[in-house]
Amino acid sequence: MTSLPEKTEKKLGLVIDLDTCVGCHACVISCKGWNTENYGAPLSDQRPYGTDPMGTFLNRVHSYEVQPDSGQAQTVHFPKSCLHCEDAPCVTVCPTGASYKRSEDGIVLVNETDCIGCGLCAWACPYGARELDQAEGVMKKCTLCVDRIYNENLPEVDREPACVRTCPAGARHFGDFADPESNVSKLTAERGGMDLMPELGTKPVNKYLPPRPKDAWDGEEDILAPFLTPVAEEPSGFLGWLDKQLSRLPGDGKTDS
Amino acid sequence: MTVSPPLDLSPKVSDEVRKTTCYMCACRCGIDVHLKDGKVAYIEGNRDHPVNQGVLCAKGSAGIMQVNAPSRLRAPLKRVGPRGSGEFEEIGWDEALDIAVGWMQPLRESAPEKLAFFTGRDQSQSFTSFWAQNFGTPNYAAHGGFCSVNMAAGGIYTMGGAFWEFGQPDWDHTKLFMLFGVAEDHDSNPIKMGIGKIKARGAKVIGVNPVRTGYNAVADEWVSITPGTDGLFILALVHELMKAGKIDLEYLAQYTNAPVLIDSETGLFLRDADDKPLVIDAVTGTLTPFDQKGVRPNLSATHNGHRTVMALMAEKYLGPQYAPEAVAEATGVSADKIKRIAAELARVAFEEAVVLDQAWTDFRGDHHTQMVGRPVSMHAMRGISAHSNGFQTCRALHILQILLGTVETPGGFRFKPPYPKPVEAHPTPHCHTKPNCPLDGPHLGFVRGPEDLALKEDGSPARIDKAFTWENPMSAHGLMHMVISNAHAGDPYKIDTLFLYMANMSWNSSMNTRGVIEMLTDTDENGDYVIPHIIYSDAYSSEMVAYADLILPDTTYLERHDCISLLDRPICEADGAADAIRWPVIEPDRDVRGFQTVLVQLANKMKLPGFTDETGAAKYTDYADYIVNHERKPGIGPLMGHRGESADEVGRGAVNPDQMDHYIEDGGFFVHHVPEEASYYKPWNMAYQKWAVDLGLFDSPQPYLFQLYSEPMRKFQRAAEGHGDRQPPDHMRERLKQVMDPLPFWYPPFEDAHIDINEYPIHALTQRPMAMYHSWGTQNAWLRQLHGENPLFIPKELWDEHGFKDGDWARVTSAHGTITVPVALQAALNGRTVWTWNAIGKRKGAWALSEDAPEASKGFLLNHLIHELLPPKGDGLRWSNSDPITGQAAWFDLRVKIEKVSAPLESQPAFGPIKSPVGQGPGKLAWKVGK
Repeated sequence: MTSLPEKTEKKLGLVIDLDTCVGCHACVISCKGWNTENYGAPLSDQRPYGTDPMGTFLNRVHSYEVQPDSGQAQTVHFPKSCLHCEDAPCVTVCPTGASYKRSEDGIVLVNETDCIGCGLCAWACPYGARELDQAEGVMKKCTLCVDRIYNENLPEVDREPACVRTCPAGARHFGDFADPESNVSKLTAERGGMDLMPELGTKPVNKYLPPRPKDAWDGEEDILAPFLTPVAEEPSGFLGWLDKQLSRLPGDGKTDS
Repeated sequence: MTVSPPLDLSPKVSDEVRKTTCYMCACRCGIDVHLKDGKVAYIEGNRDHPVNQGVLCAKGSAGIMQVNAPSRLRAPLKRVGPRGSGEFEEIGWDEALDIAVGWMQPLRESAPEKLAFFTGRDQSQSFTSFWAQNFGTPNYAAHGGFCSVNMAAGGIYTMGGAFWEFGQPDWDHTKLFMLFGVAEDHDSNPIKMGIGKIKARGAKVIGVNPVRTGYNAVADEWVSITPGTDGLFILALVHELMKAGKIDLEYLAQYTNAPVLIDSETGLFLRDADDKPLVIDAVTGTLTPFDQKGVRPNLSATHNGHRTVMALMAEKYLGPQYAPEAVAEATGVSADKIKRIAAELARVAFEEAVVLDQAWTDFRGDHHTQMVGRPVSMHAMRGISAHSNGFQTCRALHILQILLGTVETPGGFRFKPPYPKPVEAHPTPHCHTKPNCPLDGPHLGFVRGPEDLALKEDGSPARIDKAFTWENPMSAHGLMHMVISNAHAGDPYKIDTLFLYMANMSWNSSMNTRGVIEMLTDTDENGDYVIPHIIYSDAYSSEMVAYADLILPDTTYLERHDCISLLDRPICEADGAADAIRWPVIEPDRDVRGFQTVLVQLANKMKLPGFTDETGAAKYTDYADYIVNHERKPGIGPLMGHRGESADEVGRGAVNPDQMDHYIEDGGFFVHHVPEEASYYKPWNMAYQKWAVDLGLFDSPQPYLFQLYSEPMRKFQRAAEGHGDRQPPDHMRERLKQVMDPLPFWYPPFEDAHIDINEYPIHALTQRPMAMYHSWGTQNAWLRQLHGENPLFIPKELWDEHGFKDGDWARVTSAHGTITVPVALQAALNGRTVWTWNAIGKRKGAWALSEDAPEASKGFLLNHLIHELLPPKGDGLRWSNSDPITGQAAWFDLRVKIEKVSAPLESQPAFGPIKSPVGQGPGKLAWKVGK
């Protein structure tokens, strides 16, 4: 058993906007590229050019269809990586202390030197956010790019997770949830940011912004009907209307200055 | 509490960052390539770059797996087995170039048209066309004909510019964005950035697409339109807006040909002695050229029975055939929904106008104190254009934009330099060929009327693809999809050497894949191949490699020079002209050469004019040398930045031998900003026109009117009616009269008229996912884990009707062929449509994949269901399955029927394996180049 810090100074995490995520997988591959080269063992791929190719990813995008009670079906893209829970069951279950939550910033990491690849943490994580690297036999997970966000070899503007830096739709935001004035705290407040499966009591740090209502126009009372009031009863009346409009053009009275 | 173990929070990121341009798709984003020990360690977006501003898509980040791909070709290959076997021997470059010259040089000396040079997804068309022009063959084009020429040509003929490279929504001001028929991989990062930006401020997105994935998944309102009916839907919006008078009359009167008088006898513009179109001035009531100072053109005037374009439009679009109720069934969109959208367009355009306090002066010399905009923006691409009614549909979309006053106004659609550019500023096509001579001008262009068609003296097509003929007069990008079929049929003539670059014509880039394979391998009575020689250049072991006789292996995009040039398809933004380079940020570890450098070397060996001087000495040693030293006109070359002796001249300026180094120092690109006063109203804005002339985009100002009514189209219609010297064959007359309507209209896709639509009631489509692109890369080890399979997606209605369950398979049959494929349910899909991801299916043996890879066993192509010809009509003629105006491949006209079948061992049709020239990729990867 491994213990969690009672409190962390910061609560670093992500806000993921499900209203704008187009499901492009940019975050998935940017994450793979940074993290295979950096923290710990590379993220290996089995049968990369064969049948059933399967590699280690720290972040994946799932797509779901939603069928509302009435109206058209919808597609929701759902990126998922470690949520850096305050009550992280993956940490408390770890028999060697390899899994830990940083007291400084709340990031949950795996110390690969101590990891025995037993897989208990992946079993304990209700979100399926950990993957056992098949080549190395160690548990891999989102590090929130801990080797980027404080990295003095990077320009300050780049000290954010690779997935956030690359997201073309701007659907991913990084910040400190312990600070009510941070961008992520404000976004969460403004847009009704949600916990994933709050009933489990894991207190995830990452938040999801729900999609805005869709297809609101279907079946709506025709409040805009006045905008389509015909200018004439018959099509032939259109030119008569046009004639009248000409004398009212905003350019009227324009002089050759 | 545990103590955190020591952790290096500041590891070294790289030894060096080299900035170049991505080529994982056609977006041309800027990338920062991090190197460790000379190897690529990480790729991320370049924050300073105008296209992607730091972000990067999945493809871009996966470039690291592309430059390390096991499918990379290693050396020139000479075929030693039969075509299609994949049996090759590696040869040296001297031998490869000698073989190519040995085939091509005799053609140049006798019949240059017997070389057909088609360059696929080429981003160096101003260079490759220059090469073909100097060789002297009329047979050159890139892939536009099978991609989106309807969108490009529809835009240029209507408003002097088109989407994507040529224009963009005004993301900063738009309040309503309407997206039609855009595949998910298209204009990848800019559209995602734009959607993110406008959603952040609460602007609405309307997605018009049969499939609700990707961009359409985040659209606030989804219009699940039936394929091929976009034109009908758009014209119903036009109908509603015109009927309600919700059109921008000031804009139409001043900047479009709406007030131009049409000669009631000829249907051509009334013109004065200087050939200027005439209008009635609302102030004086007199007939006057459109462009005079102070003229206020009258939209509803008549003159001796001649009516305005606006009056003809009212007659056409207010008719009952375009009423929402009349189109609801065909489009699959309810009349209420059409009206709701029309009302919202009207509301946003006219109630939420954007007004910028920016003065400007128009081409008439009239001064304006403000820039008024209608903040409705639209974007479309292949979904609406890859139909046989695509050109008129694209024109209809632009008519809608123009009626609302949204083109080149704040909040609407904005051109990117070198656009706006009227048709008159484009070349016409050239096709006159003579032995040992360059062609008489550029191959591709914009016809103004029948006089510009590429016909021989006997009226037969001058080009192998029959571009610019009566069958498709405005085929501005050629018809690459017809080249192999026509060459095999000897129609209009036989060729000797087919020279292809970056186009997978024996697989996903052709209609009728099996048929094309047979054409490529067919032999004549002597046992010789019907197409005698095939040369192909590709960087990877694609399906096409096996069908060529000589392979010229290209480099990957990180190992080469390129220029993304203003002479071609640049990376401009609405606020600035921009161009870019690629340069070898790593050196190839194989015996490969950049294709453009190989073209220079071939040109030098053949002593082509343009590449060699009077003594036969080479002007350029390689492509980089050409990029820096070539001048298209004095002072104007492929790159606009850092010209002149002191490297500070922009656009026009002497050759600067250090130009490439300056680009590299500056991050691989160059931007020249449009002045504020020139930001909008560019086609009519004299500040913009002056800026464009100074930069070298034009030699003189080119203001023009938007062409709601297309006079060039009317000229073809008139020819079909019997007027003029150049006459179409009689069998073409009725079709030309119908389709060359100078005002956009809708007609059903041609396939519907050739087959029984009751037997084939279902539409079938493809699109590419955001994380894959075409087939010009390899099956990337990381990306194929995202999209390694492509089921046929089936809507709920059909799923239930056929009793499908997860894991089931379907037999899918068109009038042309049958495939048997795995299915999957998708509820967010038009109920009469099935679709799949394009180009995931691979041939066994290609791309260094194992033969049991899912792409080769379960993956499939819809291409087998689509023929390049329409079903025979009994007239003995070969009617191309293309748009009758531009020749664009009508991929999405396809109709099918489906039935549930028991699962076969693999997708059908299954093709035998081809021998891989590069072996197979490794069984595992654990990529880390640093220590």
